[in-house]
This record gives sequence, C-alpha cells and structure tokens, in this order.
Amino acid sequence: MTAAANPPAAHEAAPDGTPPARRLARIGTAAAAYLQAAPLALILGAFLLAPLAMIVAVSFWDYDFARLYPDFVLTNYIETLGSAVTWRIYLNTFKYAAIVWVLTLVIGFWVAYFLAFHVRSQTMQMVLFLICTVPFLTSNIIRMISWIPVLGRNGLVNTALVDLGIVPAPIEWLLYSDFAVVLAMVHLYTLFMVTPIFNTLMRIDRALVEAARDAGASSFQVLTNVILPLAKPGMAIGTIFVVTLVMADFITVQVMSGGQSASVALMMRNQMSLLQYPAAAANAVVLLAIVLLLVAAILRVVDIRKEL
Amino acid sequence: MSETRGLEFWILALFFALFVVFLYGPLSAIVILSFQGPDGGLTFPLNGTSLHWFRNLTERQAVGDFGGSFRRSLTLGIGVMLVTVVVSLLAGLAFRRRFLGATPLFYLSVASLVVPSIIVSLGIGVMFQQVGLRPAWYSSAFGAHLTWTLPFGVLIMFAVFNRFSPAYEEAARDLGASAWQTFLHVLLPMIAPMLVGVGLFGFTLSYDEFARSLMTSGTYNTLPLEIYGMTTNVTTPVLYALGTVTTLFSFLVIVATLGAILWLGRRRARGQGMA
Repeated sequence: MTAAANPPAAHEAAPDGTPPARRLARIGTAAAAYLQAAPLALILGAFLLAPLAMIVAVSFWDYDFARLYPDFVLTNYIETLGSAVTWRIYLNTFKYAAIVWVLTLVIGFWVAYFLAFHVRSQTMQMVLFLICTVPFLTSNIIRMISWIPVLGRNGLVNTALVDLGIVPAPIEWLLYSDFAVVLAMVHLYTLFMVTPIFNTLMRIDRALVEAARDAGASSFQVLTNVILPLAKPGMAIGTIFVVTLVMADFITVQVMSGGQSASVALMMRNQMSLLQYPAAAANAVVLLAIVLLLVAAILRVVDIRKEL
Repeated sequence: MSETRGLEFWILALFFALFVVFLYGPLSAIVILSFQGPDGGLTFPLNGTSLHWFRNLTERQAVGDFGGSFRRSLTLGIGVMLVTVVVSLLAGLAFRRRFLGATPLFYLSVASLVVPSIIVSLGIGVMFQQVGLRPAWYSSAFGAHLTWTLPFGVLIMFAVFNRFSPAYEEAARDLGASAWQTFLHVLLPMIAPMLVGVGLFGFTLSYDEFARSLMTSGTYNTLPLEIYGMTTNVTTPVLYALGTVTTLFSFLVIVATLGAILWLGRRRARGQGMA
C-alpha cells in the first residue's frame, strides 16, 4: 500500500511503560480501521460481489418463458458463443472502443496540455477546468438527445450545408449511424480522459521542462521527450475509464444508431427485456472477463494508488 | 515559460475553444428549442417562441409521471449522497492505516468502477428476484447507485489523505486534544471542502444514473428512466423542456456546491488569519 507504506501513525510507537489506557487506545485504533472500512466492504459485498456471484451462477441455469431453473448447463454459453451474430457484435463493440479511445486520448491530451502548460494563472486554470467538468455532471441521456436537432435530417448541420450549397441534399449518415454513435461517445466520455491526464501533467516538476529548454530542446522535443512520457500514467487511467465505459454502453448505441448497430451490452439489454436472464448472464460473464483482463493489463503498467 | 505567447498557444487555445463549443453547443440547441412555439416541431427553425412546452410539462402527461419521478430521483440522490460522503470518509480514514484486507478492498473499489453498469443492474435485479424481494428505487436501486458513487468517493478521499500531513493531528494531540477532538476540530474542517465535492459527485451521479436503475428501480421510474421512456414515445418539444429543466437543476446544484466549497475555504482562511 502506497499510503500505508509511510503510515501517519508514527506517534503510535509509544515508549516502554505505556500506561494501560494508552495501550488500550492502541488496540482501539487497530480495531477502528476495521470498523471504518466495514461499511464500504459490506456495501460492495452486498451490491457488487453477491450480484456478480449470482450472475455467474445464473449463467449456468436453465430457463423458459416463465422462470429460471437452477441447473448446471452450458447451453447459454454454447448458444451465445456459437453464433456468428454474437461474434460480430463483440467485434463491433471493440471497434467502437478502439475508435473512441484514440479520439478521446488525442483530444483529451491536448485539452489537458493546454490547461496545464499554457494557462498561466491558477484561477483561470480552475475556471476552464470546471467549464469542461460541468457537462459531465448533467444527464447523459439529455446530452445525447441534444444531438438530434443538430445532426438530424432537418438539423442545424444539414440545413447549413444545404443553404451554403456545399451538399445538394441533406446528409443521411449524420444521425442514426456509426458516425453518430462515435461522436456522442466522444462527447460523453472525453472528460474521463482530460481529468486524469490534467492531474498527471499538473504534478510534473516544471524544473524538468526548464532543464530540457536550457539543454537546448525545442518545445516539440520537450513535449515528446519530457511531457509525453511523464503523462503516461494519466493516459492509462483515462484509458481504463473510457474503454470500460464504451464496452458497457448500450444506450448511446441504441439511441444514436437508431437501432441499426449493436453492442454487447445492448444485446444483453434485449435478452433481459425478453426475460432471458441466463443468456444475458452468460454474456455478462464473457464481457466482464474481457473488461477485467483489459483493466488488469493496464494496471500492470500503472499503479493507481501512486497517481491519486 | 516566461516568453511571450507563441503560435502553439493560439492553436491550442483555438482547439480548446472548439472543444468547449463541442461540449455546450448541442445542449444550447435543446435549450433554445424548448422555447419553441405551440405549433413548432423537434427541429429548427423556431416556429415562434413560447413557454407552452414548460407549461405542458406541469400538466398530466399521456405517458409517464414527471413530478413523481423527479421527487424519487431527488430523494434517492440525497440519500446516496449522504451515504457516499460518510462511507467514503470512513474508508479514507481506514486506508491511512495498515489493516488486513486493505489491498483487496481497494481493488474491489476499483472493480466497482470498471464492472459494466448493466451487469450490476442485471445482477442485483436477478438477486432480488431469487431472494424473493421486490426491487424498488429506495432499496435495490439505492445499492446499485452506491456501487458507482462509492468508488469515486473512496478514490477522492484516498487522494486527499495522500496529500494530508499528519503533523496537524500530531500537533493537536501534543496540545492535549483527544482523538475525537482532533478529528472534529482539526481534520474535519481541513477536508470539509473535499467532502462537499464527494457529496456533489454522489448526488449528481445518482441523479443522472440510467443503466444501474434499469433492472433495479422496480415499479416506479426514476427521472432518467422517465426521460428515456419519453425519447421513444414523445415527439414534441416537451422532451426538450424537460431536458432544459433538469439541466438547469443540475447547474444550480453545481453552482451551490462550488459556492459552499469557496465559502468553507474562505472561512478557514479567515480563521487562520485570526489565529
């Protein structure tokens, strides 16, 4: 534990001949840590671990239109993994994740870089950062549907393009397409990349930049040789956020593709609305395994606790 | 970085400005369109301006119940906020010490952040069903929202205590303060602005949560579920009016919170000046 490696508990190393009350207090502080951690452990146990265990169990159950039958069958996995449609949907989900990841990484880095290295006053920095943060604290669904009057057939973009004579007829693929899905996801999720990268950039010792300049580095060389390597942990944490959010997304895919594209989570959602819970559970187990493997791989590169 | 601002600055400033337009542009489109005249449609141009659709919002809807779902989301958000602040603070305090299971608990919190929300929703929904409990917004959805807000709270508290010098507490103790007095008069005032921030996260993440409420909210919809239902059924600007009202509400919550954080910071600065 990074935090516990230098425990703020140095004062607890009491000298010999500690009065009994003090010793009791020390045992008290040890017990206090468990009491303080208990609510978090209980809540995550009840509402994360237990439901996940339930899903793993249910993924082996049998079912019909009315109810679930506790059992141990592999049919849910065989049916879902044996179908070409499932594989195409997984591939499509990876495609979204890859495209959105690249776009949010590029946009997020430049926004964070501008805030951290080009805005000089600290107040201005915080104000501009808050401007980026506020939309994140409003409803995702509202932010998504707000694209409809912009991108629609009679939307702002199409009207402008037709009026300016750039295109003869409204462009159809602006809304209800893969383009719209990716655009909305970048709109919703870029902040998850900006925040961790900004946090990392703010912690870079400015003396390093000065030293590189004194040694004759151009500002491009400072960027590629000093700042980018030091920004990697922030990029890794942003990647965890963006990739897991895109892999889990179904509502953006549903609304913005107009039902023409699918993602793994949307497939699960449809199975759930048909009450095919074991089939959805089998997909959940596969999706969860993929997501956890991805995150574990990224966590090998970066120690989150050091970056907080 | 003392030289005058070069080309790089202006290119990046333009890029940043475009990013802000990208963030706020679409939102302003629906705010404008919510003032659409009574005969206007879902797209531009404005067919006159009116408050028709806002009035329409307060009337009984053909589909859904806007007032009830707003009250439920508000109550749920406040409850989730309170639990998130208290539990995150306690966990943050616990993580300052070495204790058995600290590392697994930390990674469990991270896992809570990365597990796809629809899986949490499905798991809790099926679990309640199998145990024989009826899912409801104040029980199963409450727990589902906590799996999303708590990791944020815990990570923020972790970051706060990473930077927190124990010297203040040691000084208080040396002056004879009890553990409880040290906590109440030294530690709590110093981290209060951060706790308000955790509260803001707790409230807004719960207030806007959709996927985790999907299988867990039971008979009565929360506001995001209601809005989602409207996107598929409603074809009038009343949808935009609802979007404008809820977004305005979110903005008010954010502004009030920032005000509280600034006020706490200033009050502390004044206190230090007097001491």
